[in-house]
Amino acid sequence: MKRASRIYTALIMLFLFAPIVILLIFSFNETKSLSVFSGFSLKWYRELLRDRDTLGAVRNTLVLAVSASLISTVMGTAAAVGMHKLRSKWYRAALDTVTNIPMINPDIITGISLMLMFVFVGRFFGLATSLSFWTMLLAHITFCLPYVILQVLPKLRQMDPALPEAARDLGCTPLQAFFKAELPEIMPGIVTGLIMAFTLSLDDFVISYFTQGNGFQTLPIRIYSMTKKTVTPKMYALATIIFFVILTLLLISNLTDQDDGEKHKAKKN
Amino acid sequence: MKKIFAIVPALALAVVLLLSCAGCGGSTLTLNVYNWGEYISDGSEGSLDTVKAFEEWYQKEYGQKVRVNYDTFSSNEDLYAKLSSGAVSYDVIFPSDYMIARMINENMLLPLNYDNIPNFEYITEDFRNLYYDPQNQFTVPYTYGVVGVIYNAKVVDESDANGWDLLWNEKYSGDILQFNNPRDAFGTAMYKLGIDVNTTDKADWDAAQAELLRQRPLLKGMVMDEIYNMMASGEAAIGTYYAGDYFTMLDMVDESSDNVDLRFYYPEPTNYYVDAMCIPSCCQSKELAEIFINYMLSEEPAVANAEFTYYASPNSAVIHSQQYAEDMGEDFMEIIYPPMDSFRNNYQAYAYQNLDAETLAYINELWEKVKIN
Amino acid sequence: MKERSKGRATPLDRLLLAPYSVWAVIFILVPLAFVAYYAFTDNNFRFTADNIVKFFTASSEVEGREVRTYLLIFWRSLKLAVISTVVCLLLGYPMAFIIARARPRVQKTLITLVMIPMWMNFLIRTYAWMTILQDTGILNGLLGAVGLGRMHIIGTESAVVIGMVYDYIPYMIMPIYSVMAKMDVRLIEAAHDLGCNNMNTLRRVIFPLSIPGVLSGINMVLIPSISTFYISQKLGNGKFFLIGDAIEGQYVANNLHFAAAIAFIMMIVLLAAMALLRKLADRSVEGGV
Repeated sequence: MKRASRIYTALIMLFLFAPIVILLIFSFNETKSLSVFSGFSLKWYRELLRDRDTLGAVRNTLVLAVSASLISTVMGTAAAVGMHKLRSKWYRAALDTVTNIPMINPDIITGISLMLMFVFVGRFFGLATSLSFWTMLLAHITFCLPYVILQVLPKLRQMDPALPEAARDLGCTPLQAFFKAELPEIMPGIVTGLIMAFTLSLDDFVISYFTQGNGFQTLPIRIYSMTKKTVTPKMYALATIIFFVILTLLLISNLTDQDDGEKHKAKKN
Repeated sequence: MKKIFAIVPALALAVVLLLSCAGCGGSTLTLNVYNWGEYISDGSEGSLDTVKAFEEWYQKEYGQKVRVNYDTFSSNEDLYAKLSSGAVSYDVIFPSDYMIARMINENMLLPLNYDNIPNFEYITEDFRNLYYDPQNQFTVPYTYGVVGVIYNAKVVDESDANGWDLLWNEKYSGDILQFNNPRDAFGTAMYKLGIDVNTTDKADWDAAQAELLRQRPLLKGMVMDEIYNMMASGEAAIGTYYAGDYFTMLDMVDESSDNVDLRFYYPEPTNYYVDAMCIPSCCQSKELAEIFINYMLSEEPAVANAEFTYYASPNSAVIHSQQYAEDMGEDFMEIIYPPMDSFRNNYQAYAYQNLDAETLAYINELWEKVKIN
Repeated sequence: MKERSKGRATPLDRLLLAPYSVWAVIFILVPLAFVAYYAFTDNNFRFTADNIVKFFTASSEVEGREVRTYLLIFWRSLKLAVISTVVCLLLGYPMAFIIARARPRVQKTLITLVMIPMWMNFLIRTYAWMTILQDTGILNGLLGAVGLGRMHIIGTESAVVIGMVYDYIPYMIMPIYSVMAKMDVRLIEAAHDLGCNNMNTLRRVIFPLSIPGVLSGINMVLIPSISTFYISQKLGNGKFFLIGDAIEGQYVANNLHFAAAIAFIMMIVLLAAMALLRKLADRSVEGGV
């Protein structure tokens, strides 16, 4: 890379990681303060590890993100395959439009609209509670689906249309043809879609805020409700741990890739 | 490149599978509790983990497992919006007085069976039969408190530090914090002007709005929990919040700093409030909820909660606890339990009461106008 | 798209499509119908256009002038969102370009680095920005240490824009990068061979080809930044009142119907705006290549 590119990259990375450095530092603060560092201490990590409710919220957030991203990936991939082969122009245009709606609608509208529907349905059937883990899951799947579809569709278009036909000519059933010929081709799109769905669900606050039910509180909502007493460095400790877990995972996966890690370091801009 | 990312969801799935079985097994009772965030002793810094202690105590006492689902809300209005739409169902909730009045009005609370709550006897006379629950059928007080003014003595002259005027003092323009919720913000203006905070006269609310608009250019910000960090770091010099929170802020001040010296006083008149435990009509297991409320009143958890929240307790077991007074120190006791002729009278005169829908809508409209300026 | 697969839709394909079609109707279309239903009814679910009328007519006095309350709020939100989107584009486009031109190994590392912040909670990240931007914060501490004086950022529009740019810039970099990474290197070489300098190649070849990525980036930044209420609360010191705050405020004040009306109007405006943007982009793509 040229020097200007390197400097530019460094500046953008500084911008992206400045807050992360800050929360890393303040997670070791002695006092509750998030603005004044008064001394080094590991106490917030100890506090975090024994805080059942916060860890429970982390678990809930993960459960939700994992199930929402998996389900939306499976359903979205199936939908993309179906949409790709669809011949009815009208049906296809309708599906394209509907798929775009959640992406063009701000999350606050998606959240409110789903909440209104869930509450209405709950009332209609006289349910004691209309919101629960399941409504939250439905909401998350709904806003993840378009991202999956939009990742998979281009891969299908890039694929040689003769490929599945050839597979069938060679005696595959349609199902076999799909799994043996098409799926490997569109796999990169599916994986990107899965990652996007997982990331969006993990980081979502607004839609969860409107659709959360009882007994299943996710981390963002827990943090948002800390209005009586403020957010403590405990949350920073949590973020720091998440950061290092991700970093470790990425390092491991880098090492298991064909190139060795040493070479990679040497090459790093 | 894609592979590396795929590992993360995969691992997350593994973690989830491992963790999700932690709560499995046996016939476990469930109690859904809905409280303010950070409003119960949660075991941090060696305190009692109240919820866990209840679960253990219950199993010992009744031989059955109970699992408390403890969720948190951010404001009374948030709680009301969730409950009134029938979106959620909880067994025990912790609203504030004016919201309790509204919920009782709308049949959203169940009368309690006080036979299951014998510890109610610890609640001192001053805190029974208050306006929001005149017959005391629905509520058990949890905490109470008074709104006060916190200021940084390094910035603010001692002679200016009195009454609500300090929050309107142009000398400290850019250093003042106001509440970021309509009821409390209007409250400060109305106490300053000597208007009844429960008036339904629109002209009174207009006057309060004018006062808030006058204050608007002087403000550093309109904040809720951000006030802790802003006061403790010297970012702002004047703010108003609940009395116990002053001590939370003191804990956060860097002792080596010579820019921050936080002090506290009560303006006259000011807001008095009570937060109480109630059982909403969507409750699924009322008796268990009452047992929980009763447990919260017993000495150990009550003291732990009072020490954790730094708010005043209406519970005589707490007030008379030697341990509590020692742990909190004299300064704390003096400020949190100020000498009062009668809490009941002050409360009756200055607490927020439930307002009719029309007035509430009007306030909300005025508030938006304050905010957009 | 014209040379789409000639393969015929088998019953299997139709089966694959069925769950999503049903899903889209129930969870995308019906909820929007509910927004419209709530927007056009009062608390007793009787039809009324009052909520919509209120949005356009409610007025208040700001700085001595009579203004339309909600139109002003909407305008302010739009302004901040557009500024944030432009900043994201200006900062993100070169970044995406640099990443796409780097060696595969480096590409992978850089894209990972861009995505990492998104895996940490967005509320916590915003809190960390408060620590940085406050008058007594880290940035001013650093500026003071090198003798540059102080900057007042928190509580200003700049702070809100910084927060939005920070939170959403990965959504700008990612789609632009993925379009650029797929670009045919030979095209760029050909442009060079034909005598284009770097700037011309960028303008004539690379930029037109990257427009789909830019569009989806604009979409993914503009939409969340127009409706955010957390960033404006925290980094704006509560002094900003955006359309997201208005909706959330109405929801909390239990005026669901008016909240729905605001949401409904915003939805219509955004759908129209995005459709228009796409039309314009289609035309420019045709003209550009």
